[in-house]
Amino acid sequence: MSRPGFLLSAWPWRAAAYLLTGAVTGAVTLVVIVVVAAVCGALTLVLVGLPLLVVAALGGIPVAGTERRRLRLVGRAPAAGRHQVPTEPGLRPWLTTRLREPMTWRELGYALLFAVLLWPVDAVAIVVALFLPLSVVATPLLMATAGEGDEAKVLKQWTVTTWPAAYAVAVLGLLLLAPGAYVLGATAGARAALTRLLLSPPEGELGARVVELARSRARLVDAFEAERRRIERDLHDGAQQRLVALSMTLGLARLDAPPGPLADQLAKAHGEAGDALAELRELIQGIYPKVLTDYGLEAAVTDAADRCAVPVDVELRLPGRTPQAVESAAYFVVCEALANIEKHSGAERARISGGHRAGRLCLELHDDGRGGADPAAGSGLTGLADRVSVLDGRLALTSPPGGPTLLRVEFPCELTRAADRSA
Amino acid sequence: MRVDQGGRPLRVVLAEDSVLLREGLVGLLARCGHEVVAAVGDARALVAAVEEQAPDIVVTDVRMPPDFQDEGLHAAVRLRERRPALPVLVLSQYVQRSYAAELLDSGDGSGVGYLLKDRVGQVEEFVEALRKVADGGTVVDPEVVRQLLRRRRDPLEQLTPREREVLALIAEGKSNGAIARELVVSDAAVGKHIGNILTKLDLPQTDETHRRVLAVLTYLRA
Repeated sequence: MSRPGFLLSAWPWRAAAYLLTGAVTGAVTLVVIVVVAAVCGALTLVLVGLPLLVVAALGGIPVAGTERRRLRLVGRAPAAGRHQVPTEPGLRPWLTTRLREPMTWRELGYALLFAVLLWPVDAVAIVVALFLPLSVVATPLLMATAGEGDEAKVLKQWTVTTWPAAYAVAVLGLLLLAPGAYVLGATAGARAALTRLLLSPPEGELGARVVELARSRARLVDAFEAERRRIERDLHDGAQQRLVALSMTLGLARLDAPPGPLADQLAKAHGEAGDALAELRELIQGIYPKVLTDYGLEAAVTDAADRCAVPVDVELRLPGRTPQAVESAAYFVVCEALANIEKHSGAERARISGGHRAGRLCLELHDDGRGGADPAAGSGLTGLADRVSVLDGRLALTSPPGGPTLLRVEFPCELTRAADRSA
Repeated sequence: MRVDQGGRPLRVVLAEDSVLLREGLVGLLARCGHEVVAAVGDARALVAAVEEQAPDIVVTDVRMPPDFQDEGLHAAVRLRERRPALPVLVLSQYVQRSYAAELLDSGDGSGVGYLLKDRVGQVEEFVEALRKVADGGTVVDPEVVRQLLRRRRDPLEQLTPREREVLALIAEGKSNGAIARELVVSDAAVGKHIGNILTKLDLPQTDETHRRVLAVLTYLRA
């Protein structure tokens, strides 16, 4: 509003439109409330009124909805109404959710306030800041029509009788429109801020943003996971198959090649193709192991333990499958921990134990190494802790200098029945 | 150069979804004197082809359409449930004990092989493994075996390092003679080691081949 272009922008008109529609909806709301209250009151005597009263209690919801929509006239930021999403579909769960949550009652309160107090304010602002200057501007028109060219009453108070005076008053009216526009802007701004405060409380907004952030983080992790699988599939179906075919062709060529420098070169090429295949296999395994998809966490962890240079005992019993996201996060925690044990711990032996208890998947990795592991020192565990926390899981590490090191990870999750492998 | 000196040509049903590899394998097997009587691209067609052709051996990829999980392996296990003596050689892109164990559990555990796909490049080794499986032997990829060797857990803990070595070679499908040559010991010494292994693993005195398979299974499950 303090900007120089305010008067020429659309904002005064938007403010006027906001206040005008406010005055109209407020008046309509008042009428509806009075009528509903009267009907309910009358019907309560014959008991039919009670359910009606419940419906009336929900009356704030459409009013608040309209109000939030109207806020778009004077503000760019969306005002979200945070009603809880009913846990089940259907009218009854919806009704109980609505009647239980504070937002419904807050909205009803706002509707009453709006009907009784706020819309008259809107109306007064519109009349004073818009209609009065406009009627002054219209003085020449009044003189030409109602006053038959002889006289016109400005604001029904002062009489002008000459055309120059009428035009002078009209110019004055135009000048008055300018402060009027500021008044409209200020009033509309204050009204909008009040509505926003009552219907989209700021702390709630922060809460909603936190929820949205958590959701978007989970979506990112899902996308990341899907991408891992896609890369694994692409490498498997593309590069790996071609390398196997190449290795096979070279193998056949070697059978046919007479001994000599050509056969030696072929043998070298064959050996290199084989090395490339082995490397690619390791790479693909690191990106996304097939055994995790096919057999689940228990088999994948056992398999990861197989590949660790330090002997690892696995005591993991899972009578079912955990959700895919948990499975994958848990697996990569285990892999990272095993890699750390292999590289840094100097351990002679490690143990992975765990299971599913009381709605939680727990995994513990224990090693008899020198300890002193610090997740903050870029051990790769920090990133994993983030992934674990996305799933509401927890990761804890105790590693006193001198050992032993214990890493514990937990996820809240339910087990699904393991897929029937013989089917 | 003759590659396979092991007697009669084999009638093979081949299942592999990659056209490149399928054609390559058909060529390779033909080159070695075997006949591919059906080459299919998915598990369903594999089952149908086996019903129709009654081959000497089935060679299948683990991962196949439609879901690209372990359909090929499951088709093989199902086929062996119906015909326990059907020799099956499974090719996998991964070193996976779970796959090998599931396969070996099917039928009586004889006449099965689990090889890394890389092995088809080693043409002689591959064809040799094919022949062994067709003859009712058990072949587990040396890579799987190598991984398992790292684990020192019951019941293998009671075996001496030399006995573990012998067991690993049995798992790779080697005969007593081949093991003796590899370890540079006499046949009798190998026989003694195997006897010790079977005793230590508490395997009942029944059919000789069968006990070897059981020993490999124990080894895989350890």
